[in-house]
Amino acid sequence: MNSLISAKQVSVFRDSQQILKEISLEIGERDFITIIGPNGAGKSMLLKCLMGFFSPDQGHVSARKGLKIGYVPQRLVADPTIPITAGRFLTLRRKVGKAALAAVVEETEISSFLDKPLAVLSGGELQRILLARALLNEPDLLVLDEPAQNLDITGQLGFYKLLDRVYRERELSVLMVSHDLHLVMSSTKNVVCLSQEICCHGEPRHVTKDPEFISLFGPDMAELMASYQHHHHQDHAHDHKHIHGRDHDHSETGDPAHV
Amino acid sequence: MFDLDPFIIRALAAGTGIALIAGPLGCFVVWRRMAYFGDSLAHSALLGIALGLLTGISSNLGTILVCSGFALILLWLQHTRILATDTLLGILAHAALSIGMVALSFAGNQRFDLHSYLFGDILTVRPEDLYWIYGGGVIVIALLLKNWLSLALMTIHEDLAKAEGVRTFWVNLMLMLLMTIVVAVSIRIVGILLITSLLIIPAATARQWVRGPEAMAVLAALLGLCAVFGGIFGSAYLDTPTGPSIVTSATLMFALLFPVSHLIKRTRMRSAL
Repeated sequence: MNSLISAKQVSVFRDSQQILKEISLEIGERDFITIIGPNGAGKSMLLKCLMGFFSPDQGHVSARKGLKIGYVPQRLVADPTIPITAGRFLTLRRKVGKAALAAVVEETEISSFLDKPLAVLSGGELQRILLARALLNEPDLLVLDEPAQNLDITGQLGFYKLLDRVYRERELSVLMVSHDLHLVMSSTKNVVCLSQEICCHGEPRHVTKDPEFISLFGPDMAELMASYQHHHHQDHAHDHKHIHGRDHDHSETGDPAHV
Repeated sequence: MFDLDPFIIRALAAGTGIALIAGPLGCFVVWRRMAYFGDSLAHSALLGIALGLLTGISSNLGTILVCSGFALILLWLQHTRILATDTLLGILAHAALSIGMVALSFAGNQRFDLHSYLFGDILTVRPEDLYWIYGGGVIVIALLLKNWLSLALMTIHEDLAKAEGVRTFWVNLMLMLLMTIVVAVSIRIVGILLITSLLIIPAATARQWVRGPEAMAVLAALLGLCAVFGGIFGSAYLDTPTGPSIVTSATLMFALLFPVSHLIKRTRMRSAL
């Protein structure tokens, strides 16, 4: 009963097509759920339905009373016809104290471009502004729809690193649609694989071995994911050994066996 | 001081009211790309005028009724998602215009000056027109102010506004209905064919000179005011039609200020490098 949002047997139809089929999903406290799935799988629709933009055609969605959601959309196409600075957009239609604002600005590292017009910011800067805006609401749940879709690889790494830090430090829950599973593997607690219905779900390393995942994304993708996890775990092991070795004996650092 | 004829004073009062409403609302027309919607709405106003003439109700009221109906039908057709919005607007606008003309032919024996409805006739403004303009204006400005931040956020990102609790459907509908009011009360001033220009030219001229949405709205209102005064005095002096003169003076401001702002921006950018 403690879930932030709970969806039961949710189905959505559009133009006599079934977009979502009997989705049941619970988002608990401190959850980090990543939704993956092919194009047209209904991922954005599911997010919007969970956020209460519209009611499902069947089933129901319930949110905890007083739940505060911070939404980070896929992209912000900043239109130059509307004159507005990044800083003004950040607090538009929001009442925030100076201290709270300064804290979020520092947390998301956006102070250097707050005075610039929104329309001249880069994709990475815009996504950080959007995240900052979501955080100003002090949300219990962050909902992100492919937040790094339009960023280059450095931007993606930077954004997910920031998200990971926010998740750990603020102790909130995260629900995200993302294709960049390899980049969020270490933060994500649960992966939901969506293709109209939930094909498979669970911890990332289990999901990538699931036959449903392999049939949805192909064996190459599954292998790639498996190798990312492999690297990830190896890296950790390596780090520990490395630090340990250095503490132990300086001469050992050059040893090829440790590299 | 020179003495002004009462009809010039009424014209100036009417024009001032329209400019002050059209500036802020025009910003949203520019930001939300509603220029074609505004034009179509104005076209359908002719049907409203016909309705007014045939039934004996005020032509302002007739216009508001028909234009509101137009907006609701448009929303419903958009909801079906079968045809693109510009197609729907094209159908509705010309249908309303044609049906309006056909309906007017039934009222044929009445003296009806089509020209004054198409291009405005600000010099024949009556006191009751002023009540409509200022009454409508107060409603428009009050609702715009109340929903200003929601509208601005929605304009930047609709789903973000929705996620933050803005009831976007209703706010959007409100904006459409406010436009019907402006269309209805401006027909006397610039006419059906020129209403949209009064909404978008001042706002477009203001864009380059401001850094915030509120500043753009205020500057657009002031520029609109200058255009109205320039147009009315210009037309009195040169004996030209008043509605088109107002739009011409607005266009002149745009033509003068746009290149200047562009140059300033470029020199600033160069000096920053």
